[in-house]
Amino acid sequence: MIWANAVVQGILLGGLYALFACGLSLMFGVMRIVNLAHGDLGVLAAYFAVVLVNNFGGNPLWSFATVIPVALIFGYFLQRWLLDHTVNSGEFSPILVTFGLSIVIENLLQVRFGANSQYLNLGNFTYASWHINRFVYVGKLSLVIFAVAVVILAGLQLFLARTRQGRLLRATADNPRAAALCGVNAKHTRAVATSIAMATVATGGLFFAMTTSFVPPSGSSYLIFAFESVIIGGLGNLWGTLIGGIVLGVSQGLGNQFNPADGILFGNIVFLMILAFRPQGLLAGAGAPT
Amino acid sequence: MPGETAATRTSSEIVIRRGTRGTVTGLGLSVGVILFLIFAPLFAGSGFVYDVTQLSILIVMAVSWNLLAGYGGMISIGQQGYIGLGSFAVLALSLNGVLAWYAVPLAMVIVGLISLPVSYLAFRLRGGYFAIGTWVIASVFQILISQNKSLGAGSGLVLTDLNNISPVLRNHIVYWFALGIGVITLVTTAFLLRSRVGLALMAVRDGEIAARATGVNIVRTKRIVYVLAAAMGAGAGALLILTNLEAQPAASFNVQYTAYMIFMVVVGGMGTFEGPIIGAILFFVLQQSLNSYGAWYLVLLGATAIAAAIWLRRGIWGVVDPGHHRSLVPLRHRVSVKDGYEREG
Amino acid sequence: MLKIEGVTAHYGQLIALDEMSLELGAGQTLAVVGANGAGKSTLLSLISGEKRPTRGRVFFEEQDITNERTSQRVRRGISLVPEGRQLFGSLTVEDNLLTGAAAKRKGEWDLNAVYELFPLIRDKRSRQAESLSGGEQQAVAIGRALMANPSLLLLDEVSLGLAPVIIQDLYVRLHRIAAEGTTLLLVEQNISEAFSLASQIVCLLEGRVILRGAPSDIDMGTLRDAYFGSGYSGSQQKGETK
Repeated sequence: MIWANAVVQGILLGGLYALFACGLSLMFGVMRIVNLAHGDLGVLAAYFAVVLVNNFGGNPLWSFATVIPVALIFGYFLQRWLLDHTVNSGEFSPILVTFGLSIVIENLLQVRFGANSQYLNLGNFTYASWHINRFVYVGKLSLVIFAVAVVILAGLQLFLARTRQGRLLRATADNPRAAALCGVNAKHTRAVATSIAMATVATGGLFFAMTTSFVPPSGSSYLIFAFESVIIGGLGNLWGTLIGGIVLGVSQGLGNQFNPADGILFGNIVFLMILAFRPQGLLAGAGAPT
Repeated sequence: MPGETAATRTSSEIVIRRGTRGTVTGLGLSVGVILFLIFAPLFAGSGFVYDVTQLSILIVMAVSWNLLAGYGGMISIGQQGYIGLGSFAVLALSLNGVLAWYAVPLAMVIVGLISLPVSYLAFRLRGGYFAIGTWVIASVFQILISQNKSLGAGSGLVLTDLNNISPVLRNHIVYWFALGIGVITLVTTAFLLRSRVGLALMAVRDGEIAARATGVNIVRTKRIVYVLAAAMGAGAGALLILTNLEAQPAASFNVQYTAYMIFMVVVGGMGTFEGPIIGAILFFVLQQSLNSYGAWYLVLLGATAIAAAIWLRRGIWGVVDPGHHRSLVPLRHRVSVKDGYEREG
Repeated sequence: MLKIEGVTAHYGQLIALDEMSLELGAGQTLAVVGANGAGKSTLLSLISGEKRPTRGRVFFEEQDITNERTSQRVRRGISLVPEGRQLFGSLTVEDNLLTGAAAKRKGEWDLNAVYELFPLIRDKRSRQAESLSGGEQQAVAIGRALMANPSLLLLDEVSLGLAPVIIQDLYVRLHRIAAEGTTLLLVEQNISEAFSLASQIVCLLEGRVILRGAPSDIDMGTLRDAYFGSGYSGSQQKGETK
C-alpha cells in the first residue's frame, strides 16, 4: 500500500511537471526554439517571489498576482530583444544562446543569493493532507497544484484552439512562411508564445518553491523534468505532456521507495527506455503546436 | 573556354595537392612548438609545467566538442558525462591494481566503448532535444557513479596510486601525458578530417540532403564522431584526475565544462581546425585573470558566448579566414590546372 | 496600380530577373508565362515581399514598396497564393480561411463569400486541411488569400498537379473573382486557361520580358518561340518583339 501512496504522489507531481513542460514545447512548436534556459527562468521567478515576500511580507500565495504579470511582460521582451536574433540563424544559434542565457541566469542568482537554499513558506498548509487510509495520504497543497496545473493546461488548449491569437500561434507553428503571407506579424506572434511560456514556467517555479527548497542550479532539474515529460508523452500533444509528467512523477515516486536518492534515477531510466523502445512517445500526437 | 580547341585542352595538366605554402609553414611551426614543449620541463619552472598541462586539457576538451558540433553537427551539453567517466574510470582501474599511467589510455578506450550503445539512444533525438538528452545521459552517469560506494559515493575518492612518486616528477609525467593526449587528439582530428569520414562530415555540414544523395552514411559517420569525442572527453577527464589527484561526482560531471567548451569553440571558431585551439588559449588567459571573481566569471563567459553566437558566429578564426581557405594543416584538396588557375575543392 | 521598374534580382551569383519592367492597371488581369527558371516565381516574390531586388523599384498604388515587409504589403492589399498551396496542414479548413483574415482588411470577402465561391469546401470546413484533395486544397489556398480582401491577387501556378476538369472549374472561379474588380496577376504553365482569363500576357525568358501583348494579338507560334527562346539570339533577347 505504500506503493499506492507513491503512485498518488507521483500523479500529483505529474501535473506540476506538465506545467513546466508546456512552455518548453510551446516555444518549440511555434518557433523551433528549445529554450535551454527554461528551467532557470522558473527559478528566477521563484527568487523574485522570495524577494517580494522578504520585503513586503504576507502570504506567499500573493506572489502569483505579482510575479505572473511580470513574467508575461518579461517573456515578451526576452523574445523580441534577445531570442528573435536566433530565429533565422540556423539550428545552433538558439541552443547556444539559450544555454549561455542559462549560465548567465544561474550565476547571477548565485552571486546575488549565494548557495543557501530558499523556500516559499506557506506555513502549515505545506504539510496539510487528507488521509485516505493508513498508508495513502493526499497533500492538500499537492492537490491544489495538480488542479491548477490541469486548469492551466486546459486553458492553454482552449486558447490555442478557440481564440484568434491562438489560431495565429498554431498557424505560425504549422507553416511560418504561409503565416507571413497571410499578414501575420511574426515577431509579435513569437513574443506571445514566449510570454505564455514564461508565465507557465513561472507558475511552475512558484509552486515548486512552495513544496521544496531550491538553489540557483535547480533550474537544470526543472528543464530536465520538463523535457522528459514532453518526450515520454510525445511531441505535439498537450495532454500527452500531462501523461508524460504523470508517468515521470510516478516513476520517481516508486524509485524513491527503493532508496531516497533513486527517485530521479528511476525517472531518467524510464525516460531512456521510452526513448529506446517507443521514441515517438506514449501518445504520439497530431500536429498541435505543443 | 570560348574559342579554345580540343587540341589545346589535352595538353593541360591537372595536379591535386593537399598542402599549400601556408600549411607547410603551419606544420613546421607546430612541430617546432611540440619539440620545444617536450623538452621544456627540463629547464622551465613548475608554474609553466602546470599551465601547459591545463592548456592541453582545455584544448582536448575544445577539440572534442568542436568535432561533435562543428563537424558532426551535434550540439551536446553532456560532454561532461564522458569527462567524468574518464576520471572515474582511471580511479576504478587504479583501485583494481592498474597503474595510473596505463589506466589513462585504457580509460579512453573503455569510455569510448560505453559511448557506442549510448549513441543509439542519443541519436533518437535531434537538435535542441538532442542537446538536453545528452545532459540527461550525463546526469545519469553522475547519479550512477554517486551511488557506487567503492568509488567514494557522493564525496568521491582520492587517487593514491601515485603517492610514491615525488611531486615534481609526477607533475612532469602528467605534463607529458597531457602533451601526448593533446597531440594525439589534434592529429586524430586532422587525419579524420582528411579521410573519407572527414569529407563526409564536411559534405553533411554543407548540406545534409545532398550528402545523403551521394550515398554518405550519415548516421554511421556521426556515430564515429560521437564515439571519438567521448574518448577524447574521457582523456581530458583522465588528465584532470591526474592533476587534481581526486575525483568527486559533483565536480567531475559539472555542466560548467560544457560552458567552457562552448565558449572556447564558439568564440574560437566552430567547424574549423584552428578555432578550438585559439578559443582554448583565449579561455586559458581569461581564466588566469578572472578566476578570482567566482560566479561573475561564468556570467561573463555566458554573456560572451551569447554575443558570439549572435554576432560573431564564425568565431575569431572565422574573422581571420572567412572563406575556409587558409589552414595551418593540410586538410583540403587543391586542384590546380596547368593553365595557371588554381581551384579549391 | 502596380509598377515594376527595371528590377534585377539575384540568387547568389545567379541572375533571376534582369532589368525587367512591368505595369498593371487596376482591374486588369495579367498572365505571366515562361519556361521553368525564367523568373516567374521570383517576380511574384518581389511583389509579395518575400524577396528584395538587387536593383530597381516596385510601386504599388503610386507608393514605393520595394523594401516593405510581406505583412505590410498584405495590409496594403497584396495577397499571394503561393506555389504548392502552402496551407496550414494541421489546421481545419475554416481555421485556414480565418487566418487569411489576419491582416483585418475590410471588404466583401468573408467566410460566407468564400464558401459561396467554392461550395465544395463548405462541407469540409472542419476537416484538417492536409486531408483534402489537391483541387480542394487549391480552393482553400485561394480562399485564404481572398479573406485578406486584396486589391491585387497574385497566383503562382495554381493549376499545378491538378486534373484538367478541376483546373477548368478553378478558372471559372477566377473569372468570377476578376469580375468583382480584383486585379489579378497570375503565373501559369497552362497557356490556354491563362489566355482565356487574362487581358494581358507577358512572356519571360531568362529573367527578361521577351513578349508582351493582348492574348488576341499573340499567335501560338510566336508564343512558342518566345517561350523556348528559339529564333532569338543573345542580343535580340534584350529587347522585345511587338
